[in-house]
Amino acid sequence: MNIVVCVKHVPDATADRKFESDNTVDREGVDGLLSELDEYAVEQALQLREKRSDEEISVTALTVGPAKAADAVRKALQMGADKGVHVSDDAIAGSDYLGTSLVLAKAIEKIGSEQKVDLVVFGMASTDASGGVVPAMVAERLGLPQVTLASVIESQGDQVRIKRDGDTATEVIGATLPIVLSVTDQSGEARYPSFKGIMAAKKKPVESYSLSDLGVEASEVGAEAAYSAVEEATARPPRTAGEIVTDEDGSGATALAEFLASKKFI
Amino acid sequence: MPARRLLPSEEAVDLIALVRDLATKELAPRAAEAEESAEFPRDVFRLLGQTGILGLPYAEEHGGGGVPYEVYLQVLEELGRVWASVGVGVSVHALSCFGLVTKGTEEQKKEWLPDMLGGDLLGAYCLSEAHAGSDPAAMRTTARRDGDHYVLNGAKAWTTHGGQADFYKVMARTSDDRNGISCFLVPADTEGLVADNPERKMGLMGSTTATMVFENVRVPVERRLGEEGDGLRIALAGLDSGRLGIAAVATGLAQGALDASLAYAQQRTAFGKRIVDHQGLGFVLADMEAAVQSARAVTLHAARLRDQGLPFGREASVAKLVATDNAMKVTTDGVQVLGGVGYTRDFPLERYMREAKVMQIFEGTNQIQRMVIARSLDTSTQTGLELVR
Ligand SMILES: Cc1cc2nc3c(=O)[nH]c(=O)nc-3n(C[C@H](O)[C@H](O)[C@H](O)COP(=O)(O)OP(=O)(O)OC[C@H]3O[C@@H](n4cnc5c(N)ncnc54)[C@H](O)[C@@H]3O)c2cc1C
Repeated sequence: MNIVVCVKHVPDATADRKFESDNTVDREGVDGLLSELDEYAVEQALQLREKRSDEEISVTALTVGPAKAADAVRKALQMGADKGVHVSDDAIAGSDYLGTSLVLAKAIEKIGSEQKVDLVVFGMASTDASGGVVPAMVAERLGLPQVTLASVIESQGDQVRIKRDGDTATEVIGATLPIVLSVTDQSGEARYPSFKGIMAAKKKPVESYSLSDLGVEASEVGAEAAYSAVEEATARPPRTAGEIVTDEDGSGATALAEFLASKKFI
Repeated sequence: MPARRLLPSEEAVDLIALVRDLATKELAPRAAEAEESAEFPRDVFRLLGQTGILGLPYAEEHGGGGVPYEVYLQVLEELGRVWASVGVGVSVHALSCFGLVTKGTEEQKKEWLPDMLGGDLLGAYCLSEAHAGSDPAAMRTTARRDGDHYVLNGAKAWTTHGGQADFYKVMARTSDDRNGISCFLVPADTEGLVADNPERKMGLMGSTTATMVFENVRVPVERRLGEEGDGLRIALAGLDSGRLGIAAVATGLAQGALDASLAYAQQRTAFGKRIVDHQGLGFVLADMEAAVQSARAVTLHAARLRDQGLPFGREASVAKLVATDNAMKVTTDGVQVLGGVGYTRDFPLERYMREAKVMQIFEGTNQIQRMVIARSLDTSTQTGLELVR
């Protein structure tokens, strides 16, 4: 079985994030890492490989992004993925979800031209843009069923069953491979790489593709081709001191209750 | 602000990044409460074992990481920055494996090392006795030969991981000669071996310390490391490396204290400006930084000598002395930087200060380090110039 996990390199959410002059996220000037929500996807792919140890299962980590994005692939390899693919091209910068999904879909097709891809796994969203729509778009482009937001994943043969937790109900969804799957942060904590994994990753193959390798025209992607543009980005204002309720005459509880009610907390 | 580090390889960079990630997510959230309630985090050691951190400095063929001390000590420092008890635990575990690696037979290594280095088993090191700390050769615990066994009797004080460990590296007397001491690897579940109640310490409560009592504990001869009479030498040789471990943990502890102090000084205001902007306080922070950097520098210098296979005993003692004395000073100043809240248990500085104190005491008190250094100065014939190989 051939599994592709799509991993995104994102700015460290705990560090200060900045924007470029064109309002896109500054991806070079800040520390980046493998999106934590994508670690869950890598984990599920690895667990699948471990549970079905009688089968030959290969896990490929795929990323689209600038040179630094190679770190996301490397982290996935350190966690245990078998090989990596890094699509990088200056023309991709500023792509919207449609552009990104096009590049991903073409890369998956290219990976599949050597060995059929049975399963594409995504995280539920990226921790920077938080769109959560790319898995569905890639599924559409590949003509595969999309099984999204899974909190529990079971598989046997070519059958996959997932649980999707909604606000009011939990759905159980069955599908037949090949599919595109996305998993939530409830699907199970991702493992840490081990030092052995770090050493082993150095020897694992990573292929680099440009747009022309994938047969994608530069005009189809990037900021120019994007259907949406960020017109303005403003840093969140620093946190204000907040409101302090002092109880001097016994009215404190009422004041607190009124405050909570005004914010619709109660 | 994490420390600046110059690392020798890409895998070392990735390793330190992994340890920082793990320390932030798995250690930091638990440290304060576990120290308060004296909870030993056994599961943390299992996780560190799985990620390969417990075996880092040992050879790959035995299941270790084959990492140079220069890198391994920086890993310990990162752990110590967040939770000293865990840093000390990793260092003590490495110490408990040391004799087996250096003096064990191939058979002994093959049988025990993979589990010891792989994290399934946690080790402890039993040298001190209640009346014999700085002077371990005064020990009284005996190992009497009885056929193909030794029978151990006595009590080993101050055992880090006492009652928690899976195996104990024990030094015991096999003859009445002052140095007639041998070294044994004793499994925790051996009959007659029990742990006393843990010590009620000033700090480092997340690291259990207890006296291990030996009552007719029968240990097969195959569990002796080296020859009869090699015990003290094995114990002391291990201590040179152990002292570097403590120096690294102390450096990390001091870095943690500096980081917390700086963060506080940048947001606390007095007389209308941030306290870091008051020169008198800024200079306190500057001295703290200088102390941390000096500690790191002497520690890594000793590590590099060790990595080159050169003698490093004197430098290890200097590192232990400087790094732990500096940690004491830096943590004490850290309390000062925070003012009143620094003295409360709601902020970590007073805990860091209590933790720093023990670093000046164990693995050879700092008086003993000075003794080692002075003796080495007096007897050394080493030339000064060495080439990195
Ligand atoms: C938390 C903790 C964990 C420990 N873990 C372990 C462990 O895992 N395994 C283990 O074997 N031991 C362990 N120890 C024991 C530790 O190594 C000893 O406490 C230490 O070596 C000092 O011995 P002592 O306490 O008997 O002090 P003493 O030897 O009685 O020293 C008392 C004082 O006299 C000074 N002194 C002694 N001799 C001289 C001298 N020649 N010149 C100048 N001054 C001198 C000392 O510096 C000290 O200030 C631990 C101790 C603590 C507190």
